[in-house]
Amino acid sequence: MSDVMVDVRGVHKSFGPLEVLRGVDLRVRAGEVTVVLGPSGSGKSTLLRTINHLEKVNRGWISIDGELIGYRRSGNRLHELKEKDVLKQRTHIGFVFQNFNLFPHLTVLDNLVEAPVAALRRPRKEAVETARRLLARVGLADKADAYPRQLSGGQQQRVAIARALALEPKVLLFDEPTSALDPELVGEVLDVIKDLARTGTTMIVVTHEIGFAREVADTVVFMDGGVVVEQGPPSAVLDEPQHERTRAFLSKVL
Amino acid sequence: MASTTDTAPPGPTAPGAQAPPLPDDPAGLKVVPARHYARWAAAAAVVVLVAQFTHGLATNPVWEWDVFRDYVLSETIVQAVWVTLQLTAYATVLGFLLGTVLAFMRLSRSPVLQTVAWTYIWIFRSIPMIVQLVFWFNLSALYDRLGFGIPFGPVFWSVDSNSIIGTIGAAVIGLTLHQAAYAAEIVRGGVLAVDEGQLEAAAALGIPRLRQIRRIVLPQAMRAILPTAGNEIIGLLKGTSVVYVMSIGELFYQVQVIYGRNGRVIPLLLVATAWYVVLTSLLSVAQYYVERRYARGADRTPPPTPLQRARRFVRTLRAEAGRRHRPVVPFKPLGDIR
Repeated sequence: MSDVMVDVRGVHKSFGPLEVLRGVDLRVRAGEVTVVLGPSGSGKSTLLRTINHLEKVNRGWISIDGELIGYRRSGNRLHELKEKDVLKQRTHIGFVFQNFNLFPHLTVLDNLVEAPVAALRRPRKEAVETARRLLARVGLADKADAYPRQLSGGQQQRVAIARALALEPKVLLFDEPTSALDPELVGEVLDVIKDLARTGTTMIVVTHEIGFAREVADTVVFMDGGVVVEQGPPSAVLDEPQHERTRAFLSKVL
Repeated sequence: MASTTDTAPPGPTAPGAQAPPLPDDPAGLKVVPARHYARWAAAAAVVVLVAQFTHGLATNPVWEWDVFRDYVLSETIVQAVWVTLQLTAYATVLGFLLGTVLAFMRLSRSPVLQTVAWTYIWIFRSIPMIVQLVFWFNLSALYDRLGFGIPFGPVFWSVDSNSIIGTIGAAVIGLTLHQAAYAAEIVRGGVLAVDEGQLEAAAALGIPRLRQIRRIVLPQAMRAILPTAGNEIIGLLKGTSVVYVMSIGELFYQVQVIYGRNGRVIPLLLVATAWYVVLTSLLSVAQYYVERRYARGADRTPPPTPLQRARRFVRTLRAEAGRRHRPVVPFKPLGDIR
C-alpha cells in the first residue's frame, strides 16, 4: 500500500460540545477519485477541511504522500507545526470552495499567479505562462484580464479550479463545487473535474451529484453522523448499499 | 369584457366611473406629467434666500473683501498653510500606520496584544485632543530626559526631551496618537468587512501570512476604510487648528496673530475659511480617485469619472455643432460616443 496518497486515521473533531467527526478512517490511492456523499451535517465538509488543516483535529492523524499534516513527529510525540510550515504543506493540497472565494480585486490571471509567486517563489513570468496554459485547459483563455465578478458562477468555479492547479498539488479537494451554481452551469464545472480525473489527478470530491459519482468515482464513501458508514466502488455503494442509512439517503436523493 | 382583458394591459380604473377599454396601440395614449406645485414653491423660496445671501456677501462692507485680497496670498498666510499641510500629512501617515498596527493587534489571537490595543484606543479616545496636546507641550515636566537602555535597568544614552521634541514635534506626536486611536477602529472595521472566505482561500493556497494581509485583505478592506478615512483626514486638517494653543504658526494661529494686530477680524477669518475650503475640496477630489482605484473588480463596468463625463459632453457638443454647420460634408463623429 505504498501508493496511498491521502491517509486519514481515527480523526475526531468537535466544535465545542458538538462532535462532528467521530473517528474517520479513509485511504485514497494516488490517481484515484474518491467521492464523499452524505446528508448535510454528516461531517463531509469538516473532513475535507481537516485534510488541509483549515480545521485542527482533536484526535487521530492525517498524512499526505507520507507526510503528517500539521504536525512533526519525533518518537511518540507530535509537535504542532508553525503556521509558516502549515502554509508550506498546503501548497501540496489544492482546495476548491463551494463559494469559489476568488480574489475579487485581482484579475483572473493574477488570481492564478498570486500563490505560485508568493508561496513557491516562482518567477512571475513562469507563473504567468503556467496560468495561461491552465486557463486554456478550463476553456477560459480569453478571460485572463477579466475580474471575477464579470464572470458567470460556472466560469468563476473553473477559474478557482485552475487556481488550485497552479500550485501543482499532489491532491485536489473539492468542497461541494457545484452547490452554489445555477443548474445549467453545473455541467461545465463537472466536465472540467471529469477531465482532471481522466488525467490521473488524485481527488476527493464532496458533492450531491450522484450521477457524477457513478461516472467518475473510483471509490464512493458514504458518511453519516461523523463516521464513514460504507465505502467501495460506485456499483457496490450506489446500487447495492449494505447499510440501512445509505439506502435511506440514496432513496431520498435519487 | 374577456376580450379586452386579454389584449390590453391592466390599468387602474377611476372609482365610480367606468373607463373606456384601453386601446391596443399604446401610442394612442398621451401621458400628462404630474405637477409638483409644492416642490416648485419650495425651490423658488430657496433660490430667493440664496440670492439674498450672495448679494449680502458681495455688498456688505463688513466682509472687507479688499483686506481679504491683501492677505489671502500673503507670504505669512501661505507659509502658515504649509505648516497646516505638514501637520496634517505627518499626523495622517503616522496616525494610520500606528492605527493599522493597533487594528491588527486587536484582531490578533494574543490576548496580551488585544488588551494593550484595546486599552490604548480606550484612553486616547477618552482624552480631548486639546488636553493631550497641552500634555505633550509640557512633556519635559513629565519626562525630562529620554534614553535607550535595558528596561528597568541601566540607561546607555539619553537626551534632554525638549531638545529632540520641539513644539512642532510635540504637536505631531499629539495629533498622531489621537488619530491612531480612531484610525485603528476604522482599519479594524474595514478588515472585518472582508469576507472570511478570502483569508481561508489565501491560507488554503499557502500564501504567507503578511502577504495575505497586504495583498488580499487590505486592498479589499480599503473599500470600507476609505469613506471614513476621508472623513477623518478632512477632520484632521481642520483639527490642526487646535494646535494654536501651542503657538505653532499654522493657519488659524497666524490669522489670529494678524487680526490681533490690525483688528480686521472678519476678513481674516474669511482668509482662513477660504483656505480650509480649498484644501478640503482638494482632499475630496483625491478621495474620489483613490476610492475609484480600489473599486477595481467590484463593479462590472466602473462609472466614468467627472473628467471623462465632461470630455464626452464636449465631444457631443462638437459633433452637434459639426453637423449643424457643415450639413453637406459627410460627418460621423458619433461612433465612439456611447
